[in-house]
Amino acid sequence: MSATTADTAAQGIYQKAGSLRGERRRVLIWAYIALAFFVVFFLFPPVYMLITSLKSSAEIADLNGNPWLVTDPTLQHYRELLTEGNYLLHFRNSIIVTVAVVAITMVISILAAFSLSRMRFWGSSVLATGVFLTYLVPETLLFIPLFQIIGGLGLYNNLWAMILIYPTLTVPFCTWIMIGYFSSIPKELDEAALIDGANHFQMLWKIFIPVALPGILAATIFAFTVSWGQFLYPMAFLVSSEQMVLTTGIVSDLIRGDTFQWGKIMAGALLAALPPLLVYAFLMDYYIAGLTAGATKG
Amino acid sequence: MAQVTLRKIVKEYEGGVQAVKGIDLDIADHEFVVLVGPSGCGKSTTLRMIAGLEEITGGDIAIGGTVVNDIPPRDRDIAMVFQNYALYPHMTVFENMAFGLTLRKFPKEEIKRRVDNAARILDIAPLLERKPKALSGGQRQRVAMGRAIVRDPKVFLFDEPLSNLDAKLRVQMRTEITKVHQTVKTTTVYVTHDQVEAMTLADRVVVMNHGIIEQVGPPQELYHHPATKFVAGFIGSPAMNFIPARLVNGGAALNVELADGIRLPVPEDRAARYAPHAGRDVLFGIRPEHLTELRPNDHRQHLATFQAAPEVVEPMGMETLLHFWMQGNEICARVDPSTPAAPGVQQTLAADMSQMHIIDPQTDKVL
Ligand SMILES: Nc1ncnc2c1ncn2[C@@H]1O[C@H](COP(=O)(O)OP(=O)(O)OP(=O)(O)O)[C@@H](O)[C@H]1O
Ligand SMILES: [Mg+2]
Repeated sequence: MSATTADTAAQGIYQKAGSLRGERRRVLIWAYIALAFFVVFFLFPPVYMLITSLKSSAEIADLNGNPWLVTDPTLQHYRELLTEGNYLLHFRNSIIVTVAVVAITMVISILAAFSLSRMRFWGSSVLATGVFLTYLVPETLLFIPLFQIIGGLGLYNNLWAMILIYPTLTVPFCTWIMIGYFSSIPKELDEAALIDGANHFQMLWKIFIPVALPGILAATIFAFTVSWGQFLYPMAFLVSSEQMVLTTGIVSDLIRGDTFQWGKIMAGALLAALPPLLVYAFLMDYYIAGLTAGATKG
Repeated sequence: MAQVTLRKIVKEYEGGVQAVKGIDLDIADHEFVVLVGPSGCGKSTTLRMIAGLEEITGGDIAIGGTVVNDIPPRDRDIAMVFQNYALYPHMTVFENMAFGLTLRKFPKEEIKRRVDNAARILDIAPLLERKPKALSGGQRQRVAMGRAIVRDPKVFLFDEPLSNLDAKLRVQMRTEITKVHQTVKTTTVYVTHDQVEAMTLADRVVVMNHGIIEQVGPPQELYHHPATKFVAGFIGSPAMNFIPARLVNGGAALNVELADGIRLPVPEDRAARYAPHAGRDVLFGIRPEHLTELRPNDHRQHLATFQAAPEVVEPMGMETLLHFWMQGNEICARVDPSTPAAPGVQQTLAADMSQMHIIDPQTDKVL
């Protein structure tokens, strides 16, 4: 008698536990539906680009063809892009500018963030706010006065002008990210390092940079993305094809008047998207490893 | 190895907060000194000034005879253990302990020898290749101590190193710290707000309150001869009972008359000391452990008995705490667990008057 009541009681508990599992499954199904939607949504343009880049110019122009099917795939656009014209030169220019800008940005913003977050000096907090405010000024407002400066320096239509200008876009934001990361490092860590015999440079190099690596990678990715994809400044300051970077090079060289060389544009844009993809994939591994390492502290 | 000397040390934070108000302290070579006091009394500030992490507003600090006021932390040859351990999260235990030596360009073999030695003392040899996040709280604490030991500094500074640990581990690590100090004998300044920690670890305890030193002395001395009401109440657990009383001349002897009309005779050897205060209102201080049941064949002299009815009875196992009220003051007594005691039942209690204290309520000094 008492055994049966115990049994039914246990049964009741068991059924409740079962519904928890069901709930988890429902949540997962919805998560997958939402994810699938986003995957399709975001992959739509690149897939379309890939398909178009593999078609011959005639097939692209054929209004009766299905835009999602390639009847006669060809690598002709890729071949032409890589052998004729300035595409490779633009690619090289983009790499030079981006690598230089990322390096300059990281050096400046790490040093700035370290001093702003750790060394109390007169006006340091105002400066920290100021750094962020400069990020809020839109580049469309800036390029006219910048024109004067670049002109005055004799750097008009010169690739090196980009290396000078891009950091104005990247440094404030990266500094701001780094201030956040550095500020989250407990004060005792620098004090321990100071007592252990580190000077400020060693403290930065051996403690802050390794500990804030996820932040540094985030900032690097940001600086890379901004430099690689920047369009307005090269458009405004670079005019001759040899000086151009990918973003403007594709537009100015592959669009002649009102003839759009769609196949090459698609191929060029697709290839141009490869480096960011590689950088993300490479840094993300470290980024996530770093994130989880920080999360379990305590 | 070195002595540490503090002369008229003042610390004023910006905003005018005086955290430390001119303290003098002499710490001998190899000595283990504990700074203890309530939260905000300036213990950490004092320690951080010794470390060089906080600028000194006034006075001099000398380590090993050299005034270090203007010497940066790295050149003071000190090591510090922090409350939250402050281990470098990206380094292994070995690297954490070796960091200070590496920066000082010690040869590799010497670093390894020292780290291995410290790891052996602290029982953390199997953990050397782990990162701090893979360690328990107690293990992190050991690594933090190891980092201090390998440096073989002139002075160890500890700022509440055990307060992040659970009660059991705290007791264990306390013993560990004593053991380490007996092995390496480095001069140590240790900050805690836990008076039990202070009593068990210290050669000498420094009781601080509101930025000044109330009393310095060996644990037993602070316990038996507190100089002020603050020290009397701070050292010992449960805390000393303070009962408003009056010193009265009753017949031949001096008596402590409690507010309830209870009269307790003052031992003869104290009579001369208290006689000038006869007739005045004072505070009568007595520790719970000196307020017991009346034992058969009790050989203690100077017992004075009185009746009281406890309101709360707390059996602790090895003893039972009785709480009763005397004119609005909560009084605690510690009796043998075999004593029959029940709330509300009158009971004879014996006060060991040889352990009593009389406090001047105006100056808070123990007379
Ligand atoms: N950076 C600071 N600026 C201003 N006031 C401070 C600063 N640091 C500490 N104080 C003040 O100085 C006093 C002493 O602080 P301290 O940290 O030395 O206390 P403590 O004895 O270590 O206390 P706890 O046991 O809580 O750690 C406190 O009143 C505190 O508010
Ligand atoms: Mg403190």
